[in-house]
Amino acid sequence: MTRSSRLAGWLLSLALTALGLMLVTFLIGRVMPIDPVLAAVGDRAGADVYERVRVELGLDQPLWRQFLTYVGQVARGDLGHSTLTARPVLEDIARVFPATLELATCAMLIGTALGIPAGVLAATHGGRWPDHVVRLVGLAGYSVPIFWLGLMALLLFYARLDWAPGPGRVSAHFEGVVEPVTGLILIDALLAGETEVFRDALAHLALPAMVLGLFSMAYVSRMTRGLMLEQLGQDHIVTARAKGLSEARVVWRHALGNVAVPLVTVVALSWANLLEGSVLTETVFAWPGLGLYLTNSLLGADMNAVLGGTLVVGAIFVGLNLLSDLLYRLLDPRAAG
Amino acid sequence: MSARGWLLSDAPTSRWQARAGRAYAGWLALSRNRLAMVGLAIVGGLVVVAALAPWLAPYPPDLTDLGARLRPPSAAHWLGTDEMGRDILSRLLHGARLTLWIVAVVAVTAAPAGLVIGTVAGQAGGWLDTVLMRLTDVFLAFPKLILALAFVAALGPGIENAVLAIALTSWPPYARVARAEALTLRHADYIAAARLYGASPARIVLGHVVPMCLPSVVVRVSLDMAGMILAAAGLGFLGLGAQPPMPEWGAMVSTGRRFILEQWWVAAMPGLAIFTVSLGFNLLGDGLRDVLDPRGR
Repeated sequence: MTRSSRLAGWLLSLALTALGLMLVTFLIGRVMPIDPVLAAVGDRAGADVYERVRVELGLDQPLWRQFLTYVGQVARGDLGHSTLTARPVLEDIARVFPATLELATCAMLIGTALGIPAGVLAATHGGRWPDHVVRLVGLAGYSVPIFWLGLMALLLFYARLDWAPGPGRVSAHFEGVVEPVTGLILIDALLAGETEVFRDALAHLALPAMVLGLFSMAYVSRMTRGLMLEQLGQDHIVTARAKGLSEARVVWRHALGNVAVPLVTVVALSWANLLEGSVLTETVFAWPGLGLYLTNSLLGADMNAVLGGTLVVGAIFVGLNLLSDLLYRLLDPRAAG
Repeated sequence: MSARGWLLSDAPTSRWQARAGRAYAGWLALSRNRLAMVGLAIVGGLVVVAALAPWLAPYPPDLTDLGARLRPPSAAHWLGTDEMGRDILSRLLHGARLTLWIVAVVAVTAAPAGLVIGTVAGQAGGWLDTVLMRLTDVFLAFPKLILALAFVAALGPGIENAVLAIALTSWPPYARVARAEALTLRHADYIAAARLYGASPARIVLGHVVPMCLPSVVVRVSLDMAGMILAAAGLGFLGLGAQPPMPEWGAMVSTGRRFILEQWWVAAMPGLAIFTVSLGFNLLGDGLRDVLDPRGR
């Protein structure tokens, strides 16, 4: 296959996935028990007003026409207005998303920094106690209800030991001190030269990022262990050992170097999965991100915000999966073909 | 001949003996795995507790005693009492029924659905395969919990809708696994032979393809059970799953959150129950995978 036809096929499948995403949110919006006309006109309106608004909203059209209209709106970046904040949903999401990005990225960094060495250690000590410890910690990370872990962490480190500040992104007296430029408060504080705000924000970030990071560490360490075990059984490792290379060099350069490419995709996927974990973590830590926005909209029956948020999360998820796929192709000469 | 010898015989004389022997060999492999046995004990314990909850619980789960609100763990109330003076231990024991019910309903709806969709797609090929797999990919394109949230938003909060939403988001991986397995069988000789005998497509899929795909799907489901429990508890915690008077563990954590600073046990105990049970399912699932699917190690 030529390069351009592969690209065309890839774009087509991307377009189909995007259409599919929109079809799912569209259909969810259709089956919801809230009547959008009634929500707009109120229950005192007469039958003629009701009918007029129904036509205005395009609800008299056949379903496929309504779907095309919806696709057109989404393509223009119009996700409707939120009934809770009375602002366009896309604007709301753009405002809250950086907080989620900051949290998920820090969690990913923590998870990777701990997960890869743990996985390597487990693989080189297969069947002995470091392996069992890493496997058990990983299983615990998979099994623990993250909202409960967050609550217990707040109880211990905030309420009892007073090591960590409470919920939220910054302390109340630092709220609004830094003008949002990137929306990532750590970077904004550095840009503004406000080291105190930076330190305060970092302290607020530490606990939720560690709770979420455990989840990511469980995944990364398990994948690293599996990949490393496979590598360590290969002939080139035997050759490297026979040459008299130190064990550290064999493990960290020859074996880990060879699994670096699949590990990049593992890390990218774990980043995508953190979006999910962040919904519950943000609720516990009152972290003003996309997850908290989604749950508040849900509890407030704000359907435009819920569906818009779901669509955006789906799109980001697809994007991160694509990114991991692309990185794999770029980094692995065998996949470039 | 001893029962063990009969079971492990190299030359089974009947289909039934061969099947029983395979099951026994699988059990021997599983029982050598100590962690899997811990998992089995936890899951078995959950089943026993769920079955015997009314007899094991020291108090009725909804017996309020406003004079004994928010009491710490003591001899009368081993795990303390909640904000209505209800015994937390009794509520946890009754909540085990809900947890088991949720896992069972999701497993028996999502797994067969995914199995059928995947095997039909893999066996039929062509446009049907393309359509079904495209649909599967779209569902996989959303993070599970987020999609479940959107479904619950559309259906309304409540435990039945939460279960439905979790089932609706759980089938795609099973369809993927089953299709991959079915594809390898597509040109198998025994399928061609069945077709020559005039077997209908439905008979080929249900009788000849599904049984071959079953072990991989069972492994996937058992590994996902902890995830189903966590999803249901998460929805309950957010106030979108089981509603408060119900002794559902996630909803209990959510209630306990209001008293977390002073009466920590109200939130800690139900969360610990979720953690234990989900760990049990994960340990058991890991062990089952090693026994049923040695390739997946």
